[in-house]
Amino acid sequence: MMNPIKAATEKSAARGDTGPKPHAGALIALLAIACVVPFFLKGYHHLVLTQMLVYAIAILGLNILTGYNGQISLGHGAFYAIGAYTAAIMMDKFNLPYWSTIPAAGAICLSVGFLFGLPALRLAGHYLALATFALAVAVPQLLKYKGIEQWTGGVQGINILKPDPPFGLKITADLWLYFFTLAITIIMFVLAYNLLRGRIGRALVAIRDQPIAAEAMGINLAMYKSLTFGVSALYTGVAGALGAIVIQYVAPDSFTPFLSISILVGVVVGGLATLSGALYGAAFVQFAPNIAEKVVGIPPQIVYGLFLIGFMYIMPLGVAWFIHVARRKLLSRQPAKS
Amino acid sequence: METFLHQILSGLATGGIYASVAMALVMIYQATHHINFAQGEMAMFSTYLALTMINAGVPYWAAFGLTVIISFLGGMAIERVIIRPVEKSPVLTVIIVFIGLLLILNGLAGWIYTYTNKPFPSPFPERSFGYISGHELGSIVVTLVVLSLLYLFFRFTPLGLAMRGAAQNPESSRLVGIRVGRMLALGWGLAAAIGAVAGMMVAHIIFLDPNMMSGVLLYAFAAALVGGIDNPWGAMVGGFIVGVLENLAGHYIVGPELKLTVALVIIIGVLLFKPAGLFGKVLVTRV
Repeated sequence: MMNPIKAATEKSAARGDTGPKPHAGALIALLAIACVVPFFLKGYHHLVLTQMLVYAIAILGLNILTGYNGQISLGHGAFYAIGAYTAAIMMDKFNLPYWSTIPAAGAICLSVGFLFGLPALRLAGHYLALATFALAVAVPQLLKYKGIEQWTGGVQGINILKPDPPFGLKITADLWLYFFTLAITIIMFVLAYNLLRGRIGRALVAIRDQPIAAEAMGINLAMYKSLTFGVSALYTGVAGALGAIVIQYVAPDSFTPFLSISILVGVVVGGLATLSGALYGAAFVQFAPNIAEKVVGIPPQIVYGLFLIGFMYIMPLGVAWFIHVARRKLLSRQPAKS
Repeated sequence: METFLHQILSGLATGGIYASVAMALVMIYQATHHINFAQGEMAMFSTYLALTMINAGVPYWAAFGLTVIISFLGGMAIERVIIRPVEKSPVLTVIIVFIGLLLILNGLAGWIYTYTNKPFPSPFPERSFGYISGHELGSIVVTLVVLSLLYLFFRFTPLGLAMRGAAQNPESSRLVGIRVGRMLALGWGLAAAIGAVAGMMVAHIIFLDPNMMSGVLLYAFAAALVGGIDNPWGAMVGGFIVGVLENLAGHYIVGPELKLTVALVIIIGVLLFKPAGLFGKVLVTRV
């Protein structure tokens, strides 16, 4: 057995239940809230919300790899860093517009992720975790490397300017950045939904649950696994580029292993192999450490650690599955009562 | 030539530390087929305990001994309380629990002892012996003593035999009356104790802080893979090889600021071209 998702999903599938699904009503409500509420908030909160959306994209990316395809990565911070540096270098050294950095970061991370995925193919389970963990630890040093200092700015990093709202819109730069990020988040989620609900999504899940049977049915394991790595890196890279624009600054020490682990925490807490999980996970990663540190006085690492272990013991499939199962139970109980 | 010799010798000294941590990793891997990502943080935490005792006035070697014993018990407790419930779980679950443990230990150390670097004393003479400093020579000796004690324990004592049996064939061991669960806990205890020794040796060289072991752990991973992750003696040889390679590459090829990348390249290189390592068993999966 490779994956904790398998056992639970099979149990649900036997009841004709394929897991948490997007709900039209809930989606419209969520979108309405996301569009209206920011107008009632102040500048700093816009940044917090934007950063949360950025996490959501990164977490979605890792979830495609780990949740749907069963490959473990402890080093996605590396792709986040590549995305962030792509954006910063394009804006600072080449004076390119900020929006053009998003597709570029995505494309670069897609190719880097694909190339890293090729050897990673041969590594199952522990070994892949080990190799990606090594990547996460090595990233800050690599970014400080003197040979690329003229591009990366070495230890100092790169400062970038906040983009102004276009078309003479009368909103603040922060609010514009929020809506820009929101639009990209929606695009990325819709793309992921379309990618995962059809043939390709089924192939990914088949590879996760029954690799040998999947191969026997004609799924090109090598191709799919490397491509999934690439697509997952693309998502995280896009998130990295957005994150750099939001924070207006990149430096090697922002991309420690802790970043990679935060993305993993988001996936685990939100819910493996679900789209909505990325949102719950992002909310957790954005708010839990602050709340813990300011209100309770516990360092974020301890909170993350307790939640990781606690979730593995109590609800290994995360919040999204928990809500899904609870809803099903409630709904199926009601007709019996009336 | 002199620098070259010096680089090799100090590589052997750090290599011994990597060898110990790699040995601890292999010990847990052999018994449970899990790679303990929290090994480094466990060692780091033990080293803080030692520093607390030394600062409280306990003589170095007494603090050393006490730390080893406390770490041994702590390792057993971690196995019993945190790892046991997920022992039979899928790989992903176990790795996530290890990462959780790593975060908790790191956060606790930062919380209690802060994130500032702290110097850690060395019990060995300051002066250097030829091409090698007193501490380097001392830590090579300590590593060799620890490794030979382990060898004697596993080779010549009934308990060592029982532990090897439990790791290699749990079902049959259970049938001949070995308490396999207890052996696993003992293995964790030993791994934690060896890690504690390595932590105390390395802390004098790189200073003590909560993130001290992340680099060391990376080299230990590389060492374990070079030697073959299922072979303890391979891990030892791997440790010395990696230590020397790190120093030579750091001095002659990439420069000190890219040393961690050397570990990354070794890890990925071994996994790609010789996944079984130098002395490991080649795994064949039956389809």
